[in-house]
Amino acid sequence: MRVTLAAVLLLLFNSVNAEFNTTSVNFDSQSITIALTQEPPQLNGMKATDQVSILVLSHIMEGLARYDRRGNIVPGVAERWEIDEKGATFWLRDNAVWSDGLPVTAHDFVFAWQNALDPATASEYAFILYPIKNGEAVNRGELAPSELGAYAEDDRTLRVEFSRPTGYFVNLTAFTTYFPVRRDFFESRGDRYAADAGDLLFNGPFKMTKWVHSASLKMVKNENYWDRENITLNAIDAQYITADTRARLNLFIDGKIVHTALDGETYKDALTQRFRIRRFTTGSVFFLEFNHRAHRVTRNLDLRRAIQHVFDPHEMVNKVLATPGNLPGESLFPVWLNGVDHKFRREYPAPIVQIDISRAKQYLAKAREELGLSKIPPLVLLASDSPTAAKQAEYLQGLLKAKLDLDIKIDIQTFKQRLAKMTAGDFDLVNAGWGPDFDDVMTFGDLFASWNLNNRGRYTNPDYDRLVRTAMNSAVPKIRMDAMGELQQLIVDDAIIVPQYEQGVIYLLHPRLKGVVRRVVGADPDYTYARVVQ
Amino acid sequence: MLAYTLKRLLAGVITVWFIATATFIAMHQVPGDPLMNDKAVSAEIRKNLEQKYGLDKPVVEQYFIFLGNMLEGDFGISFTQQNRRVNDIIRDHFPVSATLGILAVFFAASGGILWGALTAIYRNRTPDIVIMFLVILGISVPSFVFAALGQLLLVNINSLLGQSVIPVAGWGTISHMLMPSLVLGLGTMALLTRLMRSSMLEIVNEDYIKTARAKGLSPMRIFFRHQLRNAILPVITVLGPQIAAITTGGFVVELVFAIPGLGRYFVQAVQQLDYTVIMGTTVFYGAFLVLMVIIVDVLYGFVDPRVRLQ
Repeated sequence: MRVTLAAVLLLLFNSVNAEFNTTSVNFDSQSITIALTQEPPQLNGMKATDQVSILVLSHIMEGLARYDRRGNIVPGVAERWEIDEKGATFWLRDNAVWSDGLPVTAHDFVFAWQNALDPATASEYAFILYPIKNGEAVNRGELAPSELGAYAEDDRTLRVEFSRPTGYFVNLTAFTTYFPVRRDFFESRGDRYAADAGDLLFNGPFKMTKWVHSASLKMVKNENYWDRENITLNAIDAQYITADTRARLNLFIDGKIVHTALDGETYKDALTQRFRIRRFTTGSVFFLEFNHRAHRVTRNLDLRRAIQHVFDPHEMVNKVLATPGNLPGESLFPVWLNGVDHKFRREYPAPIVQIDISRAKQYLAKAREELGLSKIPPLVLLASDSPTAAKQAEYLQGLLKAKLDLDIKIDIQTFKQRLAKMTAGDFDLVNAGWGPDFDDVMTFGDLFASWNLNNRGRYTNPDYDRLVRTAMNSAVPKIRMDAMGELQQLIVDDAIIVPQYEQGVIYLLHPRLKGVVRRVVGADPDYTYARVVQ
Repeated sequence: MLAYTLKRLLAGVITVWFIATATFIAMHQVPGDPLMNDKAVSAEIRKNLEQKYGLDKPVVEQYFIFLGNMLEGDFGISFTQQNRRVNDIIRDHFPVSATLGILAVFFAASGGILWGALTAIYRNRTPDIVIMFLVILGISVPSFVFAALGQLLLVNINSLLGQSVIPVAGWGTISHMLMPSLVLGLGTMALLTRLMRSSMLEIVNEDYIKTARAKGLSPMRIFFRHQLRNAILPVITVLGPQIAAITTGGFVVELVFAIPGLGRYFVQAVQQLDYTVIMGTTVFYGAFLVLMVIIVDVLYGFVDPRVRLQ
């Protein structure tokens, strides 16, 4: 009895030797096993919005352009293109084919785009097609989908007219919503399009051969893919689907999967296992958003400035979040965005807000005077229901009480309820964030424009709108970036938001798997060009 | 007997209707908007989504449409997986949950009967004290702790053996099922142990046991032929509802062991306010539980005629 007990204890607490089995990577067959964090909810590219669906779709489909292993835009289905202020022309390669052998034609793109914009499709990502002429009007139901400014001049020539100069249009075509869909196949599947592995046609480097819902999903190399010589992996087998980070760490330790993300808890275990921990900045920015609606005290600029002058993003990153990888938030525009010749933030450094308690107190006194209040009433801080979000909210509550004697009521809500409250304006402060949809400053820049539905604090300022329009209506990088630089200053001066941090993730990767690309926009992680080494 | 069965069935149908109605009302009281997501959509798109799911109609009308569809056995399309029908979700994932549940019940029942009988025989002696201590652990420790520990144990076993012998997670072969079903069954096993113990203690001093001893039967024979058979009845009574409870309560275990069961949909639907999946899974599980209870009731009627008369 004692011996058995000792053995069990030994098994439980004996730290595991980090030896890799060969199951998650196979050199001879060039195949890997991965875990997905959830069942892909939507593999219909015209409607997909979430990370997992985009990850899968970007491996099995391909747009006019694609990202190479260094993150540059390179030709995909289109072998070349010409772009000017008015529009773009794409010439499609003749060896780009669907998995059933038929060629991918310009008509397939026109069909997919018209369909995604059709209000009947109800795509949440339709807005990403708005740079195409009449896109927005089609999406609003004011024009028929056939009025869209995208035309197949012949099978291999696609002409696109712009609604406004869109220098980054080619980047957009690498995104899932821009992927082609073949009409006859789509119509033959009806409501069930993309519901199962057999209800999809593929034109990407891989094709999906098996999809057992919530259990597994297998992608194998597409032998019809035009660039098959440059694809080394023969199979990407998602054998596990679980949101549990600890379960995924256990699978990684057991040599069953090649990659797993870590959180605050599993990070410590991974450290004791002596795994090499890698980091990656996701490209998303998290910030404190104010409610700018009328009758809200947070509409008062001096109150917002008071809060702005006590918040220290470094403390947030180092003491509150306390996992490696996060960067202190200094601007709405994250560091990875490109400017004219270099990174945007290098050309237009973020304005520095000095932490200054006495100045903050002066602002607060002024705010009380302007509002005619002897004391600011308790402010409602809306937060989501993750453990990290609660920690963050409590930190802010303590900070504002200690430094400014402001009372904060934390309102923790589930995902949908928090969104509903944000949309209804039922808050004073909210911990919010924004992730990029395409790689251009505008994916962040227009967030607080008066017409943007995602501007949930309802900030309105003609100056802000003017700067966004200037950048939108120009194709000259310098003019666009100057406007966005000015916008960056305005965000600080007007204390529209208080940036908190740029999100980072930490993860483990099998040391024998090379060439996995992490991306800010699109498939992440991207295994397309990965290979197993000996 | 037929009248008795029909009466039970009718009561069952009313119960399921009540479950459906209560869930429908409760679901619509939950704050939040099922159609809202990270990206805000235009009014036109929203209108189309509302139309697709019938949310543009008054709630009372939605309720009757739902009841009508439910009678035809159609629960509609999922909100989160817009090309999958709730019926398909139930059909694809319930068998997984059921397999896991049946195996867990098997573990729970065999373990519970064995341990319960042992504790009764060794009453107030060391085996009884040790087992009853473990039983209290089994009842009070939540399954996600057992699930995490169980998985860690597998990882350690595999690493000690130098190769992956027992799968840590996933679904497919019988070896995938062992640890999750054991973990899932632990709580029920503890419960059945207690039940078995008390029921065993009741009969240990019955006259027919004394007679058997006086006849000079071997202790083994007395245990199996006389004690176990008589004490096991109450355990079988609770097995029906327990099967339903275990099959529906595997959310955490399914998550940790990456098992494609229905429990995940059942819980996540509530978090995501996926109206159709909430209604589909709740009504389905409700009906399943009611069916299990009816089966036990009817069997009881067969075994014990007095039940029928009441």
